[in-house]
Order: sequence, then C-alpha cells, then structure tokens
Amino acid sequence: MAKAKITFEDIGQTVNVPAGTRVIEVSEKIGAGIIYGCREGDCGTCMMHVTEGWNNLTEPSVLEEKVLKENMAGRHDRLACQAQILGDCKVKPA
Amino acid sequence: MSTDIDVSNHREAVEIADGVYWIGALDPTLRTFDIILSTANGTTYNAYLVRGEDGVAVIDTVKACFSDEFFARLESQVAYHEIKAIILNHLEPDHSGALPELMRRAPQAQLYISQRATSMLKALLNADADLCYTTVTTGDQISLGGRALHFLHTPFLHWPDTQCTYLPDAAILFSGDIFGCHYCDKRLFNDRVGDFRFSFDYYYAHIMRPFKKHVMAALKLIEPLQLRQIAPTHGPILRDRPRRYVTHYRELSTSSLSHAIGEENRSLIIFYMSSYGNTARMAEQISDGASAIEDVRVSLYDLQGGETDPFVDLIEEADALLFGSPTINGDAVKPVWDLLSSLAVVNLKGKIGGAFGSYGWSGEAVRMIEDRMRGLKMQIPHAGLRVKLIPTDEELSACRTFGRQIAEVLVGKHHNPEVVELADLV
Repeated sequence: MAKAKITFEDIGQTVNVPAGTRVIEVSEKIGAGIIYGCREGDCGTCMMHVTEGWNNLTEPSVLEEKVLKENMAGRHDRLACQAQILGDCKVKPA
Repeated sequence: MSTDIDVSNHREAVEIADGVYWIGALDPTLRTFDIILSTANGTTYNAYLVRGEDGVAVIDTVKACFSDEFFARLESQVAYHEIKAIILNHLEPDHSGALPELMRRAPQAQLYISQRATSMLKALLNADADLCYTTVTTGDQISLGGRALHFLHTPFLHWPDTQCTYLPDAAILFSGDIFGCHYCDKRLFNDRVGDFRFSFDYYYAHIMRPFKKHVMAALKLIEPLQLRQIAPTHGPILRDRPRRYVTHYRELSTSSLSHAIGEENRSLIIFYMSSYGNTARMAEQISDGASAIEDVRVSLYDLQGGETDPFVDLIEEADALLFGSPTINGDAVKPVWDLLSSLAVVNLKGKIGGAFGSYGWSGEAVRMIEDRMRGLKMQIPHAGLRVKLIPTDEELSACRTFGRQIAEVLVGKHHNPEVVELADLV
C-alpha cells in the first residue's frame, strides 16, 4: 500500500501513514493540537492549516467547502476530520 | 429617584433615545433558562427599533411565545411596510422566535446576519429555499437615511454567530447577549432597576466565561466606541455609566494566575483519588518528575479533600491537567467524573491532559478519562500510565518520567522520534 508522511508542526512529529488515511485518525493518536467537535465535517472546530503539500490531500467536498467558507477559513485551511492524506504534507492547528 | 417607568402595564414601544425604541418582552416567571441557568426573577427579551429618514430597522426579536407583546410594541411605533432592515445579532431561539412571522409581515425587509449565522438560520427556519439575507461583518454598515448602523464581528459570545450593531449618532451599542443578564425589571434601565450585580456576574460566569479569549477580542472593537448606552438582549438597558460594564468585562476576562506565578510559568495540576494509596503514590512521583522541569509550577490535589467549584476555577487557568483514578468496577471513580462533568463553564480547548491510575483487574479508568479529555478538546500528548496494584520501583520511575514528559510538552522542550509509524501508535 502506498505510504505518505504527515508532519504535525505544533508538536514536531511526523507519522508514516497508509495513503487515504484521514488526518483525524492520526492527530489524536499522536497527541497533536488539532481539536475536534462534531467529527463529521459540520462544525468547523478541527480547522487546520496546511503549510506544505496542499495538493497531497484529497479535494474538499462541497460540504467541506461550505463549512470552510462559513468559518472564514484562510487559504490552505482544511477540516482535519475530512481531509485524507494522499502524499507528504505538513499541518498545524488553524 | 423617580420610578415612573413601568413597561409591564402597557404594550407600547419605549423610546430610549431619539428615534430608538425598546420593543421587547418581560418574562418575570421564568425560573430556569436553557436548562443550566437559574433565573430568580425571570428575564427580559430585549428587541429594538431604530427609525431613520428612509425607514426602520428592527434589531433582534423575542422568544416565540412572547411574539404578541413584541408585535404590539412594534406596531405602536411603525407600520410593517416601513421596516427596511431586520438585524439579528444572535440567532438563539429566544431572539429569533418572532423572526419568521416578522419576515412574513414585512416581506420587503432585508435580513442582516453574520456569516456564521447562515447555517443556523436555515436550521432554525427549516427552509433552504427562498431565504434572502445579507451577511455582514466589522466595517459594514447600512443606512436608514440620516443615520447608519454599523456592524461589529464578535463571534462566540456565546454562539459562533454573535455580532453587535452600533448606532454612532446616538452612541448606542446593541450588544446581543454581551453585557446582558437574566434580570426582569419593569423599570428597564440600569439606573432605575434593583440591584442586578449578582445576575450580571452570574450570567457572565455561565454564558461568557468559556469564551474569555473572544470577549477580549470583542472588547478591542467595543472599547474605542463612544458609548452613551449599551442595549443588550437580556436584562437592564445600561444607560448610566455604560463604560463601567465594559471595564468589568475586561476584569472578569483577565487571568489572575499569571499575576500570581508570573507570565513565564506554566501551571500543571494533578488531581487524584486513591483507594489504597497506590494511585496517590503515582501522583506524587508524577509531581516530582514534572517539578524537575524549570518554569513548570505543579499543584497536587486529592479530590477527596476538595469541592468542585474551586477546582473548576483552578482548572480554568491551568495549562495542563492530569487525573489519577483507580479503576473500580470497570470505571473511574465518581469524584473524577463529577469534576470532569463540571467544566462546561470554562474553556479547556488545547490544554494538555493526561491520566494515570492503579487497578486490580482491567484498569479501564485511564483510557476512559483520556477519552473524556479529548471530548473536552484537550490534547493528550502521552498515553496514560496504568499500574497493576502496588507500583514497583520501576513503575514509580516511569511515573516520574511521565510527569517530566508532560512538563516538557508544556514548556516546548519535548523530543519526539523523527518519524513514527501509524500502526505503532496506541
């Protein structure tokens, strides 16, 4: 299975994960600072900023785009409960 | 002082400034608000009306069951066709209850809400189509002809959608729930009503306290304004020395711990319960380990000897919290849950957490506490420590290491392996 590296910049930790893993599945296990509310893409609590490898995450769905807009997300902000890791990337809490 | 104002004996609008009216409702018999708040003398649902040369703006409405009073007061001053704008500073049902009917009666009126209010509006009105609204933020304004209303983006006070509206020519801030309180008094104004200081502070403690960071951000927008009146959505209208309520909010939202231990220090609190002294020994060793790290101030509390409310105060200002509990019948002990279920009034977002405990059979408590902490939006940087019955010297050493590691995270000195495999994580 293809692997990818995701780095949580707030704790300086990189995790090697199978491609397709959602960020939420990794960040809590590693103890990173991204926090979660509804865990289903509705509340916007888990907004994270992608500092590198923006294109190595799955495209945001229409629903995620809507929630990002409502929460006034900045450029390269994503929901950690929705984004799946396809290639190497670096993230931190938004 | 004269007490001639009595809004309970009529259903007319009350002029609070030139062309500005209170059109709210009194709810004196309410004794519990939103399940969580005691309301010893009820509350008010304050709504306002601002008249300009070109039309009228309605600012907020009331709880649905008080619609008749709201519409009666509104109709005493304006005809529905005059309403040009409806502004909702906050969409909670006690302020948006009369909105659908108001929109039906004044279909020409434009609705102004914050960006974050849009999904709530749809959920409250249960209508996806035909909803016409304009989103506004700080810097936006609407003209009513000869006077304008300005918007302030003040989110999370106490919902994501909240905003304030300011009328510069009268220096009135329509503040939504900010500066509000559940205090029902027919005399309406802060210089006429009874002593509502307790209600004001109680409201802050239960509604605004979890959002102190957002209070401070809002105050940055509010403090530069000239203020002749603050017109909140609950409780007295603050026309006598309104500035002191702004100052009071800043005091209530300012950390006192940093004054006590210094800005550079981080506070780590260890709460524990122990049946046979094993979890207590773990707590002491964890405390010793954490105390070895410079700039970390460690406090150790046995839950058996304390009360919930003071502990909640401590937790609010702590940077890290560790909970120790034995496992009894597959669960953490009740005092731990009592404290962990009393934290809705403080903001725990991003605080460092951890758990530990001695057990006899299966030791579920530690993982259950960690899950609860994650649910409270805390960060759990290290998996908790579980010790079967009496800790060995080696296990006590692991406790010291655990305490040190948590403290290192607090001061940013932790060292993690460069890359780990997802499959290797607990």
